[in-house]
Amino acid sequence: MKDILRELEGRRESAREGGGQKRIAAQHAKGKLTARERIDLLLDEGSFEEFDMFVAHRCTDFGMEKSRPYGDGVVTGWGTINGRMVYVFSQDFTVFGGSLSETHAQKICKIMDMAIQNGAPVIGLNDSGGARIQEGVASLAGYAEVFQRNIMASGVVPQISVIMGPCAGGAVYSPAMTDFIFMVKDSSYMFVTGPDVVKTVTNEVVTAEELGGASTHTRKSSVADGAFENDVEAMAEVRRLVDFLPLNNRDKAPVRPFFDEPGRVEESLDTLIPENANTPYDMKELILKVADEADFYEIQEDFAKNIITGFIRLEGQTVGVVANQPMVLAGCLDIDSSRKAARFVRFCDAFEIPLLTLVDVPGFLPGTGQEYGGVIKHGAKLLFAYGEATVPKVTVITRKAYGGAYDVMASKHLRGDFNYAWPTAEIAVMGAKGATEIIHRADLNDPEKIAQHAADYESRFANPFVAAERGFIDEVIQPRSTRKRVSRAFASLRNKKLKNPWKKHDNIPL
Amino acid sequence: MFKKILIANRGEIACRVIKSARKMGIQTVAVYSDADKHALHVQMADEAVHIGPPQANQSYIVIDKIMDAIRQTGAEAVHPGYGFLSENRLFAEALEAEGVAFIGPPASAIEAMGDKITSKKLAQEAGVSTVPGYMGLIEDAEEAVKISNQVGYPVMIKASAGGGGKGMRIAWNDAEAREGFQSSKNEAANSFGDDRIFIEKFVTQPRHIEIQVLGDKHGNVLYLNERECSIQRRNQKVVEEAPSPFLDEATRKAMGEQSVALAKAVDYCSAGTVEFIVDGDKNFYFLEMNTRLQVEHPVTELITGIDLVEQMIKVAWGDKLAMEQKDIGINGWAIENRLYAEDPYRGFLPSIGRLSRYRPPEEVVEQSHVVRNDTGVYEGGEISMYYDPMIAKLCTWAPTRGDAIEAMRDALDSFEVEGIGHNLPFLSAVMDHPKFVSGEMTTAFIEEEYPEGFQGVELPEPVLKKIAAACAAMHRVAEIRRTRVSGRMDNHERRVGTDWVVSVQGHDYPVVVRADHDGSTIQFEDSALRVTSDWTPGDQLAVVNVAGEEVVLKVGKISGGFRIRSRGADLKVHVRSPRQADLAKLMPEKLPPDTSKMLLCPMPGLVVKIDVEEGQEVQEGQALCTIEAMKMENILRAERKGVVSKINAGAGDSLAVDEVIMEFE
Repeated sequence: MKDILRELEGRRESAREGGGQKRIAAQHAKGKLTARERIDLLLDEGSFEEFDMFVAHRCTDFGMEKSRPYGDGVVTGWGTINGRMVYVFSQDFTVFGGSLSETHAQKICKIMDMAIQNGAPVIGLNDSGGARIQEGVASLAGYAEVFQRNIMASGVVPQISVIMGPCAGGAVYSPAMTDFIFMVKDSSYMFVTGPDVVKTVTNEVVTAEELGGASTHTRKSSVADGAFENDVEAMAEVRRLVDFLPLNNRDKAPVRPFFDEPGRVEESLDTLIPENANTPYDMKELILKVADEADFYEIQEDFAKNIITGFIRLEGQTVGVVANQPMVLAGCLDIDSSRKAARFVRFCDAFEIPLLTLVDVPGFLPGTGQEYGGVIKHGAKLLFAYGEATVPKVTVITRKAYGGAYDVMASKHLRGDFNYAWPTAEIAVMGAKGATEIIHRADLNDPEKIAQHAADYESRFANPFVAAERGFIDEVIQPRSTRKRVSRAFASLRNKKLKNPWKKHDNIPL
Repeated sequence: MFKKILIANRGEIACRVIKSARKMGIQTVAVYSDADKHALHVQMADEAVHIGPPQANQSYIVIDKIMDAIRQTGAEAVHPGYGFLSENRLFAEALEAEGVAFIGPPASAIEAMGDKITSKKLAQEAGVSTVPGYMGLIEDAEEAVKISNQVGYPVMIKASAGGGGKGMRIAWNDAEAREGFQSSKNEAANSFGDDRIFIEKFVTQPRHIEIQVLGDKHGNVLYLNERECSIQRRNQKVVEEAPSPFLDEATRKAMGEQSVALAKAVDYCSAGTVEFIVDGDKNFYFLEMNTRLQVEHPVTELITGIDLVEQMIKVAWGDKLAMEQKDIGINGWAIENRLYAEDPYRGFLPSIGRLSRYRPPEEVVEQSHVVRNDTGVYEGGEISMYYDPMIAKLCTWAPTRGDAIEAMRDALDSFEVEGIGHNLPFLSAVMDHPKFVSGEMTTAFIEEEYPEGFQGVELPEPVLKKIAAACAAMHRVAEIRRTRVSGRMDNHERRVGTDWVVSVQGHDYPVVVRADHDGSTIQFEDSALRVTSDWTPGDQLAVVNVAGEEVVLKVGKISGGFRIRSRGADLKVHVRSPRQADLAKLMPEKLPPDTSKMLLCPMPGLVVKIDVEEGQEVQEGQALCTIEAMKMENILRAERKGVVSKINAGAGDSLAVDEVIMEFE
């Protein structure tokens, strides 16, 4: 009997070895941790339960039958993050370069099926050279099986991908369909075709880092939602994100004890809006001063910085924040910011996370670049996302809310629950100058008259009261009491129930 | 007594004057520029009058505008504060002509002392010892070089109307004399509208010690002992104290009596300051007399118990001084630290912007110690580019110098300022510097002790351990809270462990955290520290009792730990489980990106001119471009020989911090 138990331990030992000490050392030399080390950091100590430890591939071509290591290049299972269940797969680069075989894919599919059934997030730690070429189409089939499950899981359980090594070719499409992609700086890259193919086809010479490194995907392509310094930090920050997220779409946003007075008054917010309407200010200060304990988890921090998206907590409960950032492009909406915010709003709506929208928007960015790029349809995405969202929606207009952009930014008309404005708010079709030049076109050649008209327009419309008169603004609030007002608003919406008409699915302008 | 006075100033000094006036039952009138519409002094005053655009030369130093404000409000007297019109004879005369009292000395005394050349002559005549130098005015850079050679290097090039470090340069050779002359002249013209320049011998190893004098209109002049202001940067005072740790009773008396003699020679009344350079043998030389209330006057107030502003107002009203020289004592020790909006990590370059957080330490008056903070700002206020970058004057008093320093260290630790760069960490570093602690400093202290600029503080091991213990306890609290999130799996909750590794400043401390009902014991390998604190996650200031001693930490968030600021150090503290710590050791050390081939803009400012062209070869030390910020012209120089490959900015461009100005091959 003891021998049998000992044999189990022996087999486990062999499975845990992965690709062997030499390859583990090579992995470490690249500044990367092994698949199991990463899981150790991701999950609560001792909470990992592994599946399919002894699975091995069935390939017999190209001499593959001679090497059939346990686990087949991916470690899968479940565990807890601060006591909450998550499913995880972690590709093992030390075994066949983490390449995806039929069995490797089956392991991933197994935990994804369980995650959907049992209502827990899936976290994928990607570190794979790509398809297991020796298996040919079986490997491709494996990818597609995973893709299909990504699609089925979407909107059911949160899916988080962390790119911790190579992720190329078809492999990129699994992370691409998850809710969040994070990368590790300097040791991860993602692309559909690598630098060699690029050179052959287009003669373009580009490094892997330039083509698909963390900087490229967080700043230029917006494929990634964030990047971290190293594996240790990445795992700690994914844990932090999971603390914000519900486990599935049937759950409410999580709540945890908090140490911050919901009625906290921030006098300094009274001076946040500069004297001059064209002077920028940092909207992040407002977010941090409204949030519990100034804790903000920003999503896509380095992309389309004219809009800010991320998670905070109010009275301990997760709230998604979307805010125009006047520091960048005056906080205007454009293709990139609309796409960024739309995707974030839809995530929050899918997972019952209430939405706080902070508005200071001078309008949509004009120009051929925007129109040719299809700003009409991209801007519509954000409009659509806000309009279809049924979660509690609280909006605060701090300064400008001009034109169509006013409508888009979670206005009352898009079923906003609480639409507040600061006394500094200006809710109008456009700025005074532009409006006067249209209304009083006849006086265009008379600067004095135009100035007078502009002043008239400003005194009539450059305030929140015209909108408040119509009930488009529920209340004009003191900046200093924003946290209190917003917290109370969300508290009153805890039992909100709103349903959209039955449909197979909507047809958002993709 | 006056019923209403106007304060022709802004910032902390306007607030300071308002406080004393209010105490005396006098109404106050503030004046303000566009930039100061919401300033604290405007909020504090009973009335406020708008006097124009932000630039001081279009508002605060326009005599007519102040006169209008006086007429408008019916103020009977004017306190000028320091700077601006405080030492402007024409202003004093304009007031006199309208029958408004000037809370300061007579115009004749201002005139006599306001000009450094005249004042030196007068001082010599009054029997005050003076520094050798050239008393005439200097025409051009070539003459400056000639005279500098005659006086002998090093020389000090000074604006005749200068003060507060502006328009002053030290030159060690001909090239520096030429350049120093030009920049002093420019600065003087911009700041004072008077570009006259003179040159004197620069006394090496000097201490800056000054005597506070106070006179009335009845011929009485007293000296209120000295202030030591040797801790200066570019001739701008940073730390002051009273008394001086250097003077003996005889020197103090001699300096005091000479100062009184000088004041009497010009029929001085009100508060004034006679500045001296004192060498290592306690020889002292007259430097200049400031005919106004000095920035650092609070330290004198703290050791003498005399409210100088109150005395100035009484003297202006015509009262006789109520005390005599024998009544003036020295009670305890007072230290002032000037909190500047200057980034010590970037060569003390000015920083402007919004104070997103401003929480000064609590002001206390106790037998054991006093904490006083003179300020003109508030949280949510703005540090503007138009005025002096001083945010606050933090003063402490205690019966002994050592206790006053300790009180200052604690006060600095709990002073929270965010949103702009500031010199708090540097001040903390000075308070812990052995040379300062021993009192053996000269005016070259900062230059000598921080020749490469300020790089932060390395804390000694025992202090680090205390911080590590505090962080271990705080981390445990934060982690336990994280496990209380909703949606966890019943009966399978995460149990927060007791074993941790705290990494800070290159040390890894394995600890065992044993918590009980009122705190925790942090077991290190060789010792144990008891930690108690009310800290809860999110608090940005932690008051932690470690082994019976209170440690005040500014707590910020970083991944897997805390950013801790205390005693001038800015630390990343990671608290990890033993497993996490082992794996963290495998992570590569990442070097910051190489910016050595670039010239980065060190502060937000305006490009005045670019001195080089693309393709040009530059020598080490060669001027590359000039950036104007906070009214100061800053010349950026080549750190080494090289060729300019690309220039990204031009004259007139407004640049942010770290913007690339030019690149090198």
